[in-house]
Amino acid sequence: MKNQILSGNEAVALGAFQTGVKVASAYPGTPSTEILQNFATYKDVYAEWAPNEKVALEVAIGSAMTGVRTLFTTKHVGLNVAADPLMTLAYTGIPGGLLIVCADDPGMHSSQNEQDNRFYAKFAKIPMLEPSDSQEAMEMVEEGLLLSEKYDCPTMLRMTTRVCHSKSIVQIDAGNQAAIPVAEGFKRDLKKFVMIPAFAKLRHPLVLEREAKLEDITETTAFNRIEWNDNKIGIITSGITYQYVSEIMPDASILKLGMTFPLPKKKIKEFADKVDRLFVVEELEPYIEDEIRIMGLAVEGKAFFPKLDELSPDVVADGFAEAGVLPYDLPPVQEIAPGGDMPRPPLLCAGCPHRGLLYSLNKMKAIVHGDIGCSTLSVLPPLQSIDSTLCMGASISMAHGTVKAMAGLEDKRPVFAALGDSTFFHSGITSLMDVIYNKGNVNVVIMDNRITAMTGGQQNPGTGHTLQMEETYAVDIIEIVRALGCRRAREIDPFDMEGTMAALKEEIAHDGPSVLVTKRPCVQLFRQDPLAVRTVDTDACIGCKRCLKLGCPSISQGDIIPDEANKKERRYSNIDAATCYGCALCEQVCTSNAIVYVAQ
Amino acid sequence: MTRENTKKTVNVLVVGTGGQGVITASEILSDVAMRSGFDAKKSEIHGMSQRGGVVTSHVRYSENVASPIIMEGEADILLSFELSETLRWLHFLRPSGRVITSLQKIIPPAVYAGMGSYPEEAQTVIKQRITDPIFVDALPMAEELGNPRLVNTILLGIASAMLDLPVDTWEAVIVERVPPKFTELNLVAFDRGRNIT
Ligand SMILES: Cc1ncc(C[n+]2csc(CCOP(=O)(O)OP(=O)(O)O)c2C)c(N)n1
Ligand code: SF4
Ligand code: SF4
Repeated sequence: MKNQILSGNEAVALGAFQTGVKVASAYPGTPSTEILQNFATYKDVYAEWAPNEKVALEVAIGSAMTGVRTLFTTKHVGLNVAADPLMTLAYTGIPGGLLIVCADDPGMHSSQNEQDNRFYAKFAKIPMLEPSDSQEAMEMVEEGLLLSEKYDCPTMLRMTTRVCHSKSIVQIDAGNQAAIPVAEGFKRDLKKFVMIPAFAKLRHPLVLEREAKLEDITETTAFNRIEWNDNKIGIITSGITYQYVSEIMPDASILKLGMTFPLPKKKIKEFADKVDRLFVVEELEPYIEDEIRIMGLAVEGKAFFPKLDELSPDVVADGFAEAGVLPYDLPPVQEIAPGGDMPRPPLLCAGCPHRGLLYSLNKMKAIVHGDIGCSTLSVLPPLQSIDSTLCMGASISMAHGTVKAMAGLEDKRPVFAALGDSTFFHSGITSLMDVIYNKGNVNVVIMDNRITAMTGGQQNPGTGHTLQMEETYAVDIIEIVRALGCRRAREIDPFDMEGTMAALKEEIAHDGPSVLVTKRPCVQLFRQDPLAVRTVDTDACIGCKRCLKLGCPSISQGDIIPDEANKKERRYSNIDAATCYGCALCEQVCTSNAIVYVAQ
Repeated sequence: MTRENTKKTVNVLVVGTGGQGVITASEILSDVAMRSGFDAKKSEIHGMSQRGGVVTSHVRYSENVASPIIMEGEADILLSFELSETLRWLHFLRPSGRVITSLQKIIPPAVYAGMGSYPEEAQTVIKQRITDPIFVDALPMAEELGNPRLVNTILLGIASAMLDLPVDTWEAVIVERVPPKFTELNLVAFDRGRNIT
């Protein structure tokens, strides 16, 4: 037995390896990404980045159909993309254990919404497990696979950011390896795997039968346990909130739910009957609370614990204080120190290849449908380059809709779609197909920084490398674009501001769809040696702040420029030599020739 | 009656900005706590950390830790890599809590875009609110020792003097985590930090 401090994601990867998972497929997405990255480091396993979540889940299904234990991981919104295979997979079932790890992001630390994916398990009627720490995450991988194999359906392991990214101690028992079932290979079973209506009609009743069986399991599983204490207050909780509740209400009785679909109704009733006041503490939606209310039991929850944002020990304590049952006084609220609220938003890196394009786009007086990725950061001042961001790949299709709707209107602004390489592969291709097929007129810019950067730098079909960094065919974006029927497609260099502006203007003038590909690697992830670092010539700098409009983190304001007349106070710009990458954009926007190249 | 710290949990909040080494510092601290026989938990949000945003990492240890996040007003130590970030998280400290802060200032470009101003009075505010804050010019000190990345180890050295964890364990974890050619330098930096107070 060995103790190791692991994140929830690392624990899932380890659990999957130890229980014999052989195939894993996913598309990156915070906070789930590190599961596959860790899993891929183990021996004799196959792991891949798929271009999107639907593809990844289908790969996983094909694998589990042969009886092999399989893993699919996704962030919450990725399950929307994979919802189509999921819902029918619930009908077919699969002989091999298939674990769907879904990482929700309450509080939207790095997501576009905070949907509660517990409803997907209920929707598909598949078992769901929710770990509260890394130890449980690891144990639930095995339990999930066993349930999957026994009940012929995928199991959902629902995590949240705080479970994925918190580290806690895991006891690793290398000697105690459970038996791994031997895969029987692919066996033809038409009525199970071919979901024509006649066969699907046969499967649907089995889904209901399975649900009934799982209802028994959830009553007896060790993951749903009651911790009896004072019975004045009873609290039902799951996931990370279990930790907050144990911390805040040490004297209360707790029904800790580890299996949350189906819910253990008998156990809940038994618990409810023995406590004076019953609370549910859960993040996001009243998923458990509503179910208990339907059972006709008196329960309190969302009246005190918000549906918005993630919970925390503070929020849980506030809720119990408001309910009048907190056994101690809350400490007086400490105000944030004066000056402690200065905004420090994340920024495009110094030398980011997206900056030149986004700055140029801003000058076009165009409507810009943006997409998800590092370029989304340009919504903040000073760039403010994009008008929308919704979901992956949506930029092109939304731009197409906007163009069609603007026909005949007074507003003649050009319409752009700007998206990253990984996003184009994820779901931009079909959108572009729509533009061409339906004679749209969208100016598309694909920002090819040779990596999936926003999620920390994962390989994708265009990079020429697999997840394990093996060399592979690098999909050529221009070739795809041409094959879709878009004849106007070319590469441009986003470090060349003049060339970039000229290209954008040319595409605006051209009547018809076009694709520009800005091709420059992400500087953060490829850590090339900096190009020639720039510096400010204080004899020439007039303090006009033009360069500051680039939003480059290396450029700041320095000393006050000595005043000649009674002019407004101006300051020299200043470039931090330690972080400047030398992209030369600032030199190009400076009209006073004050930014110069430092010879090494 | 206020909440009692019956389990004597030690809470350390490590803060800074993206790329400064906050996460590495908290990794080392939680590892040291675990190897010293404690239950340890650590939580951070690192989605945006690469791009210069705010980074915090919570480390908690005792015989048995439930929540991986520290409650407001309960941190024992605020270990900060950047001066204005110290202000941002000051309200997390207990009345008896200690501040260890680097004097480094990283002015976010948002300030030049008119979205706020850098709190120039930070040191005064900290002194008003906290007894015996430790201000350390860690960056020049690290550069003088030979590498700006040693800020991390210097700050951990200072914290180690306030925490009841064996010095051998600290040193063992540091040696394991840094590239071999920087081992000596890091041990010197750790020692320098440890002897600052
Ligand atoms: C459906 C879905 N899956 C995954 C994500 C997570 N995600 C956000 S941005 C991004 C990658 C974007 O990469 P790319 O398009 O290459 O742009 P870059 O960040 O490199 O500029 C991913 C995977 C998401 N938001 N939605
Ligand atoms: S990580 Fe790469 S793509 Fe993202 S902002 Fe930094 S340089 Fe740009
Ligand atoms: S050359 Fe200018 S814009 Fe480019 S990284 Fe350096 S300071 Fe920033």
